Amino acid sequence: MNQSEETAKISVKDLSLFYGDKQALYSVSLDIEEKKVTALIGPSGCGKSTFLRTLNRMNDLIDGVKITGDIVVDNEDIYKSNDVIKLRTKVGMVFQKPNLFPMSIYDNVAYGPRAQGIKNKKELNKIVEESLRGAAIWDEVKDRLKSSALGLSGGQQQRVCIARAIAMKPDIILMDEPTSALDPISTLKVEELIAQLKKEYTIVIVTHNMQQAARVSDKTAFFLSGEIIEYDVTNNVFSNPKDQRTEDYVTGRFG
Amino acid sequence: MMNVRKNFDKNLQELQNKMLEMNKLTISAFEKAFTAFKTQDVELALRVIDEDTAIDNLDQEINQFAVWLIAKEQPFATDLRRIIASLKITSDIERIADFAVNIAKATAKIGKAESLLNITNLEQMNETSLKMLNMAVSAFIDGNMEFAKEVAGLDDQVDNHYAETYKSITEYLRIHPEQTTQLVQLLFINRFLERTADHITNIAESAAYLIKGQIYDLNQ
Repeated sequence: MNQSEETAKISVKDLSLFYGDKQALYSVSLDIEEKKVTALIGPSGCGKSTFLRTLNRMNDLIDGVKITGDIVVDNEDIYKSNDVIKLRTKVGMVFQKPNLFPMSIYDNVAYGPRAQGIKNKKELNKIVEESLRGAAIWDEVKDRLKSSALGLSGGQQQRVCIARAIAMKPDIILMDEPTSALDPISTLKVEELIAQLKKEYTIVIVTHNMQQAARVSDKTAFFLSGEIIEYDVTNNVFSNPKDQRTEDYVTGRFG
Repeated sequence: MMNVRKNFDKNLQELQNKMLEMNKLTISAFEKAFTAFKTQDVELALRVIDEDTAIDNLDQEINQFAVWLIAKEQPFATDLRRIIASLKITSDIERIADFAVNIAKATAKIGKAESLLNITNLEQMNETSLKMLNMAVSAFIDGNMEFAKEVAGLDDQVDNHYAETYKSITEYLRIHPEQTTQLVQLLFINRFLERTADHITNIAESAAYLIKGQIYDLNQ
């Protein structure tokens, strides 16, 4: 077994995906390392979000999707198992826009643990506090846990979404453009949070902001028309890309 | 396809034009300084010293412009390397212009005397340096890696000339201590030219960095 296989948290081999007749991914292969941040970049429609969504089988929810190839998470092929709930517990997700439930901050974060059957008040309190702390939002909300989460600013809401994701104690967090709806300062807070989170979690982030990819990620994959054009250490991708198409994209010459 | 970075490309071209302008002034300063030295033309030497201000101003202008481009455009890949290389090359050119000034100052100190230029390799060193400078800057502008490597080879020639000249001047000094004033200045000029060639080699290294994305050490 070589080094990359040993440390790969997620190993994708020959993944192709079709929306009905339309092919969106063309035999994508990629090893995602544990406790690292992997950024997926590329122009709109290149397949990076589609790819991200295969990692916790979110695409199962769309009619007519057909997937071939293997996605192995912790040595288990996720498309061969039927336990999607278990998979999504292990692989959490944060979306482009904060999507909190219309309930209190506390209830939002406790939602997942409660659904898993945790009823003990003390235990729930502990999980909620730890998760909010982990998402670097505790100090801002600790005195208003019972008020509506929808009353928070966009940046705060997004960090509560991250708290809600980590309340499930996942191993992997998928982020689909998590800061595209946020102001610059909130964006930097979330980026700082990502740097903290990677000590414990494996993070895969889709971003349109190339400076963000350069700042937060260890490795970067460049997608174009459903294929991976280049996958390398982030520094290489942005300072000395090997493929002309990557060069053209990161320097803003097309896309 | 629409080029969405037209304005940035224009700015990069402008940066390059300023560098070329600075390089032109520096080559001219060098040629004048060496002519003044050869012909013992103190007036011309003083003019070289005066004209250095224009080169220093361009150096500052290029620095500020490059910093602003980095802040404004957040360049990546070749763009980033081009701007970084421009910054480094500009400061090397500025140093080279300073050596032209130093040669002019040495010329003023020698004044009118029986020239001992023929016991040195200084003319060859000067010629080789100017050739190197043109090649190093072309390596950067045209992305010519061969030129960058050739510059490193020419630097070795200058280094050899430097060692020979050092030896012949110090030997001559032993026999003709009455010529100390001029000989010391010749030793300085020998050193200035050797350092000039080193800075030109740095320019070739920066060009190689732009072309290949790797750091080269051509100064060995």
